[in-house]
Amino acid sequence: MPLLSVTDLRTYFHTRSGIYRAVDGVSFSVERGETLGIVGESGSGKSVTCYSIIGLLPIPPARIESGTAFFDGTDLLHCTPAQARAIRGKRVAMIFQDPMTSLNPYMRISEQLIEPLLIHEKITRHNALARATAMLESVGINDAQKRIHLYPHEFSGGMRQRVMIAMALITKPELLIADEPTTALDVTVQAQILELIKKMQRELGMAVIFITHDLGVVSGLCDRVQVMYAGRVVEAADVRTLFHSPKHPYTRGLQRSIPSLQPKGAELYTIAGLPPDVSKPLPGCAFAARCEHATARCTATTPALIELASGHAQTCLRVQAGEI
Amino acid sequence: MADPILELRDVRTHFPVTQGFLFKRDLGTVKAVDGVTLTLARGEVLGLVGESGCGKSTLARTIVQLVPTTGGAVILEGKNLTTGSTTEVHDIRRDLQMVFQDPYASLNPRMTVYATLAEPLLVHGVCPVADVPARVAELMRIVGLAPRFMQKYPHEFSGGQRQRIAIARALALEPKIIIADEPVSALDVSIQAQILNLLAQLVRRMNLSLVFIAHDLSVVKHISDRVAVMYLGKIVELGRAADIIERPRHPYTRALVSAIPTPDPDVERTRQRIVLPGDPPSPMNPPVGCAFNPRCPHAKEICKSSVPRLSSFEADREVACVRVEEIANL
Ligand SMILES: Nc1ncnc2c1ncn2[C@@H]1O[C@H](COP(=O)(O)OP(=O)(O)OP(=O)(O)O)[C@@H](O)[C@H]1O
Ligand SMILES: Nc1ncnc2c1ncn2[C@@H]1O[C@H](COP(=O)(O)OP(=O)(O)OP(=O)(O)O)[C@@H](O)[C@H]1O
Ligand SMILES: [Mg+2]
Ligand SMILES: [Mg+2]
Repeated sequence: MPLLSVTDLRTYFHTRSGIYRAVDGVSFSVERGETLGIVGESGSGKSVTCYSIIGLLPIPPARIESGTAFFDGTDLLHCTPAQARAIRGKRVAMIFQDPMTSLNPYMRISEQLIEPLLIHEKITRHNALARATAMLESVGINDAQKRIHLYPHEFSGGMRQRVMIAMALITKPELLIADEPTTALDVTVQAQILELIKKMQRELGMAVIFITHDLGVVSGLCDRVQVMYAGRVVEAADVRTLFHSPKHPYTRGLQRSIPSLQPKGAELYTIAGLPPDVSKPLPGCAFAARCEHATARCTATTPALIELASGHAQTCLRVQAGEI
Repeated sequence: MADPILELRDVRTHFPVTQGFLFKRDLGTVKAVDGVTLTLARGEVLGLVGESGCGKSTLARTIVQLVPTTGGAVILEGKNLTTGSTTEVHDIRRDLQMVFQDPYASLNPRMTVYATLAEPLLVHGVCPVADVPARVAELMRIVGLAPRFMQKYPHEFSGGQRQRIAIARALALEPKIIIADEPVSALDVSIQAQILNLLAQLVRRMNLSLVFIAHDLSVVKHISDRVAVMYLGKIVELGRAADIIERPRHPYTRALVSAIPTPDPDVERTRQRIVLPGDPPSPMNPPVGCAFNPRCPHAKEICKSSVPRLSSFEADREVACVRVEEIANL
């Protein structure tokens, strides 16, 4: 049984200007110890998917319309608050995309780091502080003894991000959800953090959901990858298959846009057009309006995520029909 | 240099670090930027890279005068901003725009996209009031946002969408220089490519100068003419973008370049990285001599005593390493 299994998750935002279908029928699962990468269009619902699982949606305007998210037998979307508290923040931890909105600006780093320990474990303040200092050192913050007493604004962007990482790992979670955790870091520190995550994974058998735009990071860290577009998963495969034989036109477009694979200074390849308006029901494939292969059928039939080969699924009707 | 628009002369920005609220105890000084000298030409793109916490954002904020300089001079078209009057600085703001690293913190949560983009247009009287809505829509289209989002608030957007609002706001005043602090880090590669094309186009068409801060070296290489590499408040290497990334000379740059992840699982899992021993140093307590010496695979006794100066090494390249010649062929 997978550690986490999400089925048909739909999270909509009910706003004055309409209903935004941020997540619209997403299913996936994560095994113990496995690393799942989530990539995709900015605004495609990657973060909202994770907020839904971890219970941090702003409700309202957000509403979970349907779906289940079983973590080790408990449906996180329908369990009691007490059950949720026992899991979230301890067995499932999350690193957020924006460190400043999740760190309390008026609280010293030390207080914020030991808080989850004091809540979830029987531990003295003194010992909690020692563990927090050690954790801060292992994410590469020098002078941790002194700096642990600073406030968030006294840290650089990347250092704040490392504080967030320390905060998430300090309770030794079984599932780590990392939303662009290394985007703000230089590549050497990034390499160090990725090593730390891999090490925790080996030692604790921790599973990881890793959201990133950096396809280089995905290729080094992830076992499997899923690609999201406009609130849906459009392709999922093991990492090698996804990089060597992407099938969905959006995935292919994404891969073609990588700057390091294009000559310096040249106009970069981009996917023409704008993302669809998710406040209107989308008949057919959400990518059709921007897809060079689209036919009339693509805008009429809602595509399903269908396996092409074992473990490789994608939604393009024309790929499924063997036409492209 | 031909036609410099911006000059930094020995710029220093230090922060005091204190503990305690009422009875402050001095813990020391963070020398976030410590002696940076640079020239930016009109129409040039300068990439700025370096370890997280090395002072890139502080340098950016110092250039646009959001933090006071501790020493040195920031000179824009001959005017020294560090000694200028407030009205002068206000006028200069229009020419010098910044895109912040954190799109969450830099947008006013109570202002719609329309209000955010219309405000600078109205304050500086850029266009007739009647044209403001059309201009706002145009700015949104330029950064790839549909104008139908005009009446939405920042929290209703994803990270990448907010970053595009921030870029549109910087473009609103048609500045001469944009200081962009990690403007594309939060974007997917396709939108990233759009923004990079857009910035490159603005540079060409409007002779815009750009300081581009990023961690993704392949992006930096793509867009920049020259690249400056910072380590602990100082520039350690400066040169043409392709030279720096294809043939890095400073040992820190070498480690940095070797850590660039490649978008190919087979290559990425087998390649060699220069792993730096030890942790990044604390800017409160920098190492004596060359700041990089405790982690440098090539450090000798001399590196622990003398502070290397940034000096010419090859054509169009400056390096701050006393052993640069000896290690060039290693
Ligand atoms: N509070 C909100 N109110 C209304 N719409 C929202 C809200 N939060 C998010 N959305 C919308 O939900 C969609 C998905 O957002 P999400 O943050 O999950 O994107 P993402 O895939 O994480 O993008 P990025 O890569 O840019 O972080 C976006 O279109 C966004 O505009
Ligand atoms: N207001 C402040 N008070 C005290 N120290 C500060 C302040 N702002 C920045 N610093 C310190 O100055 C140093 C440089 O920070 P800066 O934000 O410029 O780094 P950076 O190179 O932009 O890093 P990153 O890549 O992580 O964004 C850091 O050590 C940081 O802790
Ligand atoms: Mg996100
Ligand atoms: Mg910064």
